[in-house]
Amino acid sequence: MRDYVEIFFVILGSFLLIYIALPIAMLIVDQCFDIETLIAILRDEIVLNALKNTFLTAGITTLISLTLGVPLGYVLARREFRYKSLVQGIIDVPIVIPHSVVGIMLLTTFSNAILDSYLGIVMAMLFVSASFTINSARDGFLAVDRKLEDVARTLGAGRLKTFLTISLPLSLPSIASGAIMTFARAVSEVGSILVVAYYPKTAQILVLEYFENFGLRYSRPISVVLIVLSLTSFAVLRWLLRYAKARRSV
Amino acid sequence: MLRLEGVSKDLGDFALKEVNLRVNRGEYFVLLGPSGAGKTLLLEVVAGIQKPDRGRIYLEGEDVTERPPERRGVAYVPQNYALFPHLNVYENIAYGLRIRKVDRREIDSVVRFLADSLGISHLLHRKPNTLSGGEQQRVAIARALAVKPKILLLDEPFSNLDLNTKLKLIEDIRRWHDEFEFTAIHVTHSFDEAVSLANRVGVMVNGRVEQVGSVFEVFSNPKSVEVARFLGYNVFRCVEVESLGLNYDRGEYVVIRPEDVLISDRGLDATVEYVDFMKFSANLTLNVDGIRLKALATINDVLRWNVRVGSKVKVRIKRYRVIS
Repeated sequence: MRDYVEIFFVILGSFLLIYIALPIAMLIVDQCFDIETLIAILRDEIVLNALKNTFLTAGITTLISLTLGVPLGYVLARREFRYKSLVQGIIDVPIVIPHSVVGIMLLTTFSNAILDSYLGIVMAMLFVSASFTINSARDGFLAVDRKLEDVARTLGAGRLKTFLTISLPLSLPSIASGAIMTFARAVSEVGSILVVAYYPKTAQILVLEYFENFGLRYSRPISVVLIVLSLTSFAVLRWLLRYAKARRSV
Repeated sequence: MLRLEGVSKDLGDFALKEVNLRVNRGEYFVLLGPSGAGKTLLLEVVAGIQKPDRGRIYLEGEDVTERPPERRGVAYVPQNYALFPHLNVYENIAYGLRIRKVDRREIDSVVRFLADSLGISHLLHRKPNTLSGGEQQRVAIARALAVKPKILLLDEPFSNLDLNTKLKLIEDIRRWHDEFEFTAIHVTHSFDEAVSLANRVGVMVNGRVEQVGSVFEVFSNPKSVEVARFLGYNVFRCVEVESLGLNYDRGEYVVIRPEDVLISDRGLDATVEYVDFMKFSANLTLNVDGIRLKALATINDVLRWNVRVGSKVKVRIKRYRVIS
């Protein structure tokens, strides 16, 4: 007998899937009819600089989120303490705050110190994207059997050595996918950067600026470049991660 | 060698209550007890993974109560073996030595020597998740022995193994114990393991070590009702079983081993309520005047007296003990 319920669900789900995939495809297909502008844009010093800024700041943001977020994830996975749910709540808050508001909050707190600077971009990105790294680090550590750490310690490894030789390598795949999400989120952040640091110009802001000044035709090529770069790096990182996982289990 | 004095720890679900215990050098000590008795917790306290609420732990005369696990020299093999999944067998065994920054060549010779002795040389380059349960257990023991621990803690080492693997491993562990002369505490709920491996046994019930002694001593002479019950004795309050005609002057409980309930041509009248056949024997549940009595009969006796559910037989109680 055919499973009509499942078929029905697949049909419903397909609408959403197409809705997500279609604009991406349309953007790229449309651009194919206007290669000249694309080439012109790719030669535009301003655009190249903006792209460099975007990926540089997103990279730094990811590194900071790893350095500060992984230890926090470990503590959340291993310790019970009072107000733990409050801490967990604080970590998840950036996801529910409108990003323009994030910008306003950051300016209110740090004012001119971060206005229109690389620091400002990184701080805005970090605020909205760090929770991905923290949460997936936590989940990664939770999946590591505590007994492994216990045994490592009885074999002579201190706390830090146990962390570095057992807990960290075992949760690395999870941490890595969190870091990828953080990176992706940072690259796609606009709202708070718009408020905090219009300059130095990042690609996602430039898209907006070109759209307002020159219209769709000139903002589209940057969008295409941005999306192709994002999707490619996303795909490559995911693939690397899967490759590493597959190698491990051999 | 190892001495616990009044060690208490309350984890809610599991607890240790005023545990006193002494394990001698080179001894293979089996700690028996039902699940939930606190056996694993006891091992964790000895290993330093859990800190006792009260009491002291001495290892080779030194008070190690406050020492973290990495400075105790106690190796722990948990029930699931806890092999490091990202390291191959070689690196698992070498782990403790690498942490100690032992010379590469020495690590290599130790790993190969142990792998050879424990019969896992052919597995050195495999990852733990490709090994059978028995192989994993061998790797876990090799990894523990590599650091020459003062004491080896084994938590239910055979619980996940099939019977043949288990029997082979029991034999091997006995040999390794002779060869490496390690001191071990082995935790289990199985009498068979205790009988085949133990120099001495302890019985733990409800967080207390109720009795310690040789296997024979403990099995034939339980000191408390809890121990008797755990060992599978028939346990009755004396007042309940007057009709059995036993002689108990002072004492509250009478305990009877199932082997000591004999089917015979004379004695008490009993009805067979339940028969459970094993290889060479049968577990019987008999009803003597409203008293439920567990008996262990040989297959010969079962045939000879025509024992089946519902049949009437005569029983004699060969031996019993009174516990006050």
